[in-house]
Amino acid sequence: MGRLTIKVPDVGEGVAEVELVSWAVTEGQAVERNQTIAEVMTDKATVEVPAPVDGVVQVLSGAAGDVLLVGSTLFTLEVEGEGDTEIAAERIVAAEAAIPTGAEIPAEAALPEAEAVTAAGAGAAAPAGGGTGAAASTEAIPAPAAARPVTAGPVAPRPEGRRPIATPAVRRRAREAGIDLRTVVGTGPAGRISHEDLDAVFDAARTGARPAAAGVGSAAGRRQPDPTVADQPIIGIRRKIAEQMVASTSTIPHITYVEEIDMTALEELRAALNTASTEGTMRTGSDGDGGRPRLTVLPFLIRALVNELPRFPNMNAHVIDPSTNGGEGGGRRSGEPGTLRTFGGVHVGIATQTDGGLVVPVVHHAEAESLWSTATRIGELAEAARTGTAGPADLTGSTITITSLGPLGGLVTTPVINKPETTIVGVNKMTIRPVWIDGEFVPRKMMNLSCSFDHRVIDGWDAARFVQALKRSLEQPALLFIDQ
Amino acid sequence: MTARHTQVLIIGGGPGGYVAGIRAGQLGLETVVVDGLPLGGTCLNVGCIPSKALIHVADEFAIATDQAKRAPLGISVADPTIDLGQAVAWKDGIVRKLNSGVGRLLAKAHTDVVEGWCTLVDGKTADVTGVDGSTQRITADHVVIATGSEPVALPAIPFGDGVISSTEALALTEVPPLLAVIGGGYIGLELGMAFAKLGSIVTVVEAEPQILPIYDRQLTAPVAKSLTALGVDVLTGTTAVELTDDGLVVEGSDGRRTIAADTVLVTVGRRPRVSGVGLEHLGLSMNGPFIAIDDRCHTSMRNVWAIGDVTGEPMLAHRAMKQGEVVAEAIAGRPAAFDPTAIPAIVFTDPEIVTVGLSPEQAEADGLDVIVGRFPLQANSRSMTLASDRGFVRAVARADDHLVVGLQAVGRSVAELSTAFGLALEMGARLEDIGDTIHAHPTIGEGLAESALAALGHALHI
Repeated sequence: MGRLTIKVPDVGEGVAEVELVSWAVTEGQAVERNQTIAEVMTDKATVEVPAPVDGVVQVLSGAAGDVLLVGSTLFTLEVEGEGDTEIAAERIVAAEAAIPTGAEIPAEAALPEAEAVTAAGAGAAAPAGGGTGAAASTEAIPAPAAARPVTAGPVAPRPEGRRPIATPAVRRRAREAGIDLRTVVGTGPAGRISHEDLDAVFDAARTGARPAAAGVGSAAGRRQPDPTVADQPIIGIRRKIAEQMVASTSTIPHITYVEEIDMTALEELRAALNTASTEGTMRTGSDGDGGRPRLTVLPFLIRALVNELPRFPNMNAHVIDPSTNGGEGGGRRSGEPGTLRTFGGVHVGIATQTDGGLVVPVVHHAEAESLWSTATRIGELAEAARTGTAGPADLTGSTITITSLGPLGGLVTTPVINKPETTIVGVNKMTIRPVWIDGEFVPRKMMNLSCSFDHRVIDGWDAARFVQALKRSLEQPALLFIDQ
Repeated sequence: MTARHTQVLIIGGGPGGYVAGIRAGQLGLETVVVDGLPLGGTCLNVGCIPSKALIHVADEFAIATDQAKRAPLGISVADPTIDLGQAVAWKDGIVRKLNSGVGRLLAKAHTDVVEGWCTLVDGKTADVTGVDGSTQRITADHVVIATGSEPVALPAIPFGDGVISSTEALALTEVPPLLAVIGGGYIGLELGMAFAKLGSIVTVVEAEPQILPIYDRQLTAPVAKSLTALGVDVLTGTTAVELTDDGLVVEGSDGRRTIAADTVLVTVGRRPRVSGVGLEHLGLSMNGPFIAIDDRCHTSMRNVWAIGDVTGEPMLAHRAMKQGEVVAEAIAGRPAAFDPTAIPAIVFTDPEIVTVGLSPEQAEADGLDVIVGRFPLQANSRSMTLASDRGFVRAVARADDHLVVGLQAVGRSVAELSTAFGLALEMGARLEDIGDTIHAHPTIGEGLAESALAALGHALHI
C-alpha cells in the first residue's frame, strides 16, 4: 500500500488559487478511478476533481470555503501497489478536469502491515482517523432528511450545570458546526442529544423557524424578543461576488446617469414581430432552425448598443490597471500604467440571477447576430446559467454588461460595473405613465435606463451623449435597423 | 549549528507526542518530533508496557508455584525457578519492537524524528542537541510541549544505593529478597505485588489510611485481601523516615520501627517535567505544577500547545494520546476539542481495578442523586471457571433518568471491561441500555449487564 498525494490542479486561465466548494467523499471512503472527489471553483467556473486511480481516501485537506493555492495538497489516497508519495500538479483543462496519474516519485519501502501496527499505536494507525466524525465534518449543514417528526410533548429542561449528553460523534458534529450543545434540547432517553436533534437545529436554521432552544419557550400568542444571532460563512459564489464587488467599487469611480425612454413605439414593433412570428407570415428562413424565439426588450437593447458603441469605443472597453486581478486580457502585469483596451466586437454580458447567485453569461460578437439569433442566444445562455451548465467560455469575455431585474426593475438602480469593463446598462421597470405631449397628458410606456460608467475614462458629458443616443434609437426603433 | 524550519515541532516522543506526530502527519502538516530517548516515552520504555510484561511474568510464575504446591487443577509441576535476567530480556524485546513500531508509524505519516534534547529559546524556536552530539536550531509555526513526567524523589531517601524508582525496578536482573515499597498507589502495588509473586518479601508503606487512596474501599478491599494472601505487609498511616544500615525506618501511630530491606522502591508519585527544556523562557501560565491549557490543549502563548502528563492529572497515556490527536487537529485548523465524558483508569494489581466515571461517593459529592448496582463476580460463572471469583462490577446512575455516570469493577481480568465502560459513558447510556444489551455467556462482561439490572432492582443471578 502506498500514499498518493493529489494536489490542487492548475485549471488554466492563470488562476493561482481555487475555492473548495465541497467534498463528494469522506475520509476512509473507498473510491474508484474518475470518481469525483472534490468540487473546486475559480472565479469563472466550477470544476470537479476526480480520483486518478482506485484507492481509499486518507486525508481531505481543507473544508468547504477554504481557498487553496494551486499546487498545494488537495487530498491523499491510499493506493494499491508500491504507491507514490507525490503526484505533481499537472495542468488540467477546466472543462475536462482530468488529473494525470504520472509523475511518480518512488516511495520509501512499503511497510509490512503487521509490523507497522504496535499494540500502543494500533488505534492511531488506522488510516481514517476521523471515522464517522470526519464524515460529519464535511457537511456543515447536511441535506435535510424527509420531514422529520419533531418530538411532541414537553421536554424537561436540563438542570443548570449539567453537561449535555451526546455521543462523541454528535459532539464533534456540533463542534464543527459551531453549535453549543448546551442550547440544544435532547429528545433521547435521559435527555440525550441525538443526530436527529442536531438535524432539527440545522433545519430550523435553514427554514428560519425557531429551533427548540433550551429556555426559549414561546408561550402561546405572546410576542417575545428573539436573542438569536446566526453567523454564516461567506463562501462559494457569494464570496466571488463579494470580492468582485469590492474590487469594482474600490477601484472604479462610478458615475451613474439615469434617463427615461419612451418605449411605446418599440413595444408596438415588438408585439407586431412576435405576432407575425407566431403566425409564420414573416419567416425569412435566415434565422435558426425551428420556431423563432419570442422577442423580449433585450435583443432590441443589444441591437441599440451594437449600433451606437462604434461611436463610443470607451464604453465597449476594459480598463487594465495594476490592481486588476487576472481578469480578462491578461492584466496581471503590475507596475504598468493603466491601459484602456477597446474592442471591435461587442460582447454583451447579461447579469442573471440564479439559485446559486449572480452570474453573467456572455453573448459574444453581438454585432454579428441578428435580432432573432440574439434572442435565441440569450435564451440558451439563461437556461445554461440557471441549470449550472454554463462553461467557462459562456461566462467570460464580456466587454459591456446589461443588468435587468425584470418586473422588480424599480425606478432607478445604481449598477456596479462588471470590472474590468467601463460601462453597465441597468434596465428599470417599464410602466405606463402620463407624458405631456402636445398640450396634453398621454399614456406612454415609459422605462428608465440607469447606466454606470468608469469615470476614469468616461466623462459625464460622454456618458450623457451615449445614453441619449440609446434613447434616440429605442424611441424610434426604425433607426435600429438602418445601417449607419 | 544547522537550522531548519517546520510547521509543527513536538517536544517529546511519548504517547502524547508520537500520536500528535502521526496525526499531524496524516493531516499533511510538516512535523518534527524530538526526543533523546527511544520513542514511546515513559509508558513504553519504563512504565505501562514493561510493568505489564513483568506482571505477566510474575503471574505465570505464581500460577506455576501454586500448581507445584497445591495442584488445585490436578496439574503437577516441579518447583519452578525464575531467571529474572531472561524475563527482563524478554520484556526488553517487546519494548524494542514497540519502539521501532512507533518509529515506522511516524515515518508512514511522513513525520520526522530527531533524536536529541530540546531547549526552547522562545515560543517558536528550539535548540536541539542530538544524541550524536550535533546541534541544530529548529524554528516552528507551532510548538507542542509533550515532555511528560518523572518520578518524585524523597528528600530524606534519595535515589541511588539501593533506593530505586519504578524505572530501575523494571530493569532488575535479580529478584530482591527484601523489598520495601514506599507509596501504596497503583505503581507501588503493581510492582510490589509482582515481586511478591516472584519471591520477594515485600513491605508496603503508605502514609494514607488505606492503599490506593484515590479509590473507594469497596474497590480496594479485594486487593488488600490479595496482598495479605501473598504475604505482603501493608503499613497504612505510616511514613518513611530514613534509611539506615538496619533497614528502612518508618513511623506510624504506634511509633517508629525498622523494616529489613535490601531494596527500597520509591513510588510516591510523579511530577510534570517542566524544567530542563527552557520552558522558563516562555513564562507560560501554570495550573499548579502543570502547564495550563484550554480544551484545545493550547497554552497561554500563541501557537504553543501542551499535552499529556505535563498538563495535569490524570497522568495516563491514553489521556495524552487523545490530547495528541486533538492538538494535531487543532493545529490543522479543525474545530477539535478534548471533551471526554470520562477517562478510564486501570490498576493492574491482582485482582485488577478498572474505573470509568464517578464512584458513588464522588457522584454524591457532585450533588447527584444516584442509584448503585453491584454484581459480585462470585455469581459469575466465567470467573469461577477462571478459578477466580473475587471482586464485583458496579454501576452508578442518576436516580431520575438512569443515566450511567460511573462504572467500576475489581476482579481478575476485568481491565478489558474498560472498553465497554468507556463506550457506555461516552454514548450516554442509561441503565436500561446496558441491561437490554445481550452480553455473551459465559463472560466476565455479563457482570456489567447484571450490575445495571441490580441498580434497577431486578438482577437475575443474585
